[in-house]
Amino acid sequence: MNFNSKLMKNLSDCFSPSGREQNIREMIINEISDYADEVNIDALGNVIARKKGNGKKVLFSAHMDQIGLIITHVDERGFLRFSNVGGLDADELIGLHMVFDKGLEGFISSEELEGKEKVTMSKLFLDVGSTSKDFVKANFKVGDMCVFQAQYYETPDCVKCKAADNRIGCYVLIEALKNHPATENDVYYVFSVQEEVGCRGAKTAGYIVNPDLAIAVDVTSTGDSEDGTKMDVKLGDGAAIKIMDKSVIAHPEVKELLTDLAVENNIKYQYEILEFGGTDAGPIHLSREGVKTGAISIPTRNIHSSGEIFNKQDVIECIRLVQAVAAK
Amino acid sequence: MFLKELTELSGVSGCEYEVRNYIKDKLQSIGCEYYIDKLGNVIAHNKGRKNKTIMVAAHMDEVGLIVTYIDKDGFIKFQTVGGIDPRVLNSKVVLVGENKIPGVIGSKAVHLMSKEEKGKSIPVDELYIDIGTYSKSETEKLVSIGDYISFKSDYVEFGDDLIKAKALDDRAGCSVLLELLSMKLDADFYGVFTVMEEVGCRGAQTAAFALEPDYAIILEGTICADMPEVKEHSKATIIGKGAALSLMDRSTIYDIEEVRKVEGIASANGIPYQFRTSSAGGNDAGPIHKTKEGAKAVAVSIPCRYIHSPVNVASKNDYNSALNLAKAIILDNQKGE
Repeated sequence: MNFNSKLMKNLSDCFSPSGREQNIREMIINEISDYADEVNIDALGNVIARKKGNGKKVLFSAHMDQIGLIITHVDERGFLRFSNVGGLDADELIGLHMVFDKGLEGFISSEELEGKEKVTMSKLFLDVGSTSKDFVKANFKVGDMCVFQAQYYETPDCVKCKAADNRIGCYVLIEALKNHPATENDVYYVFSVQEEVGCRGAKTAGYIVNPDLAIAVDVTSTGDSEDGTKMDVKLGDGAAIKIMDKSVIAHPEVKELLTDLAVENNIKYQYEILEFGGTDAGPIHLSREGVKTGAISIPTRNIHSSGEIFNKQDVIECIRLVQAVAAK
Repeated sequence: MFLKELTELSGVSGCEYEVRNYIKDKLQSIGCEYYIDKLGNVIAHNKGRKNKTIMVAAHMDEVGLIVTYIDKDGFIKFQTVGGIDPRVLNSKVVLVGENKIPGVIGSKAVHLMSKEEKGKSIPVDELYIDIGTYSKSETEKLVSIGDYISFKSDYVEFGDDLIKAKALDDRAGCSVLLELLSMKLDADFYGVFTVMEEVGCRGAQTAAFALEPDYAIILEGTICADMPEVKEHSKATIIGKGAALSLMDRSTIYDIEEVRKVEGIASANGIPYQFRTSSAGGNDAGPIHKTKEGAKAVAVSIPCRYIHSPVNVASKNDYNSALNLAKAIILDNQKGE
């Protein structure tokens, strides 16, 4: 299996912050519609693709939204005020380049800060680079969203890009669906909305599918840098089988299943305990009467920045593990 | 408009029966079908032309206080129910329990305060309620642990179109909803008066589970910071500028296509509107849009200055804009293809 750089680049570059997933939804549907037996979109905008079978219902979920900013006020002099969409802190934002849906750009600047005053969102603004009131009025509205501007970049083994969280997860599910194994299982590939603001899409998707087994596919942090977060997940050490995060304790049977499948199929794996953050597994395992749920994570550095880095071979191991679950 | 009557009732979260009883009476007199669910939500049904299931929600509860302890001298200690800024509590008049025993919130005398204490708002655990008794046993005859306490604040109209009252969040929404149900529109919708919004949108969750709406309209009293020295981008809403449409808050990203549609409806009908330009706070849309298979939701709010205090200020013009807009949204969604 080769890494499809073109697909990954397209997914990463696709503008779709939480609640504005129309572009990525279209791209994914175009990509998968020839391979799925059914593709549905629910009220919140989740894509629910199905490979029909008479066996147990298996749900895979990867969220397709990305973090960004929402415009809360337009000053005609070309300064936009904003609030965060998903986990972004004000003090990480100054100096970043942002891009809107149609390609317009902005640069994040700050009001004058006194001494060591804490940076808050209300002190920041986006300079859209125009002194023309007409241009500003015509192009920017309250409610518009923007995302990081960053170039997709690869080395022989790794990728650096924006929105790897969680377009890699989408990539994994697209590739798994395209190479869906022969199986009796009734398999649902869900591309969920609004994960970054509280795993909202997965809640309705979990309810609709009502699966017997669910696996979230999302990024996880690493403990790669010497003095960074202490965490036993490493780039290049394979698919990460989740044990626990803030939203879920993986069902022990699911953790065992994933481990056994990895061993059987010679898939490189590692265990993951994430001390912060959650995934779609959170709402899904609490859906209806409860669902046995686990997660496969792609180790990723610098999550929620404009330069998220992951290893291509790890992604391939994740795809193989998803296929093994689908077939089991 | 039922604002005077509604705002003078007590209905702290979990104790909404006065408001519920008032609403039940009104629904009976206008001949609207309703039932009460297990949590105490009032679920009314306006029957009419129907394309989809619409749920219109306004919450009955208000922020307030609850009795936690009575001391040996008869003073009452309390906790807050819902989000209350402790700055607004000291020296306010309150009503305690079902019998509405009048009391005042007091604190240590100013001449006993240290320099540091003087510059700060007084924390809730250093405040107490004085109901004019002299001993624990006297107070216990009138008040029990667990009694709810609400602000006492009259409904007053002032200026050209402003109202001052308590609990405009969300009796303003309840009043709009009652008016909508009184209109007997030929458009099907459920009018839901929810409980316990202020403590985490709990009532809305069970109501949405029962109704399975396709589309929800949340009627709210919302934050407004159009005071002196507040910068333009921090005002959230401005009083008198019309009904406030939400784009995003902590509980919901409102479906942008539906929001833009509502904008179009407002423009087409000449209804003044503004955007709620803050992503703080949350409302019943949170649980409603995520229940079961999910729903599209929009929020139409009435800006309230000094929200969650005994003296909210809102504009009758904004109220009417919200009413007209909600009506137009319902009609548009059920107009038939």
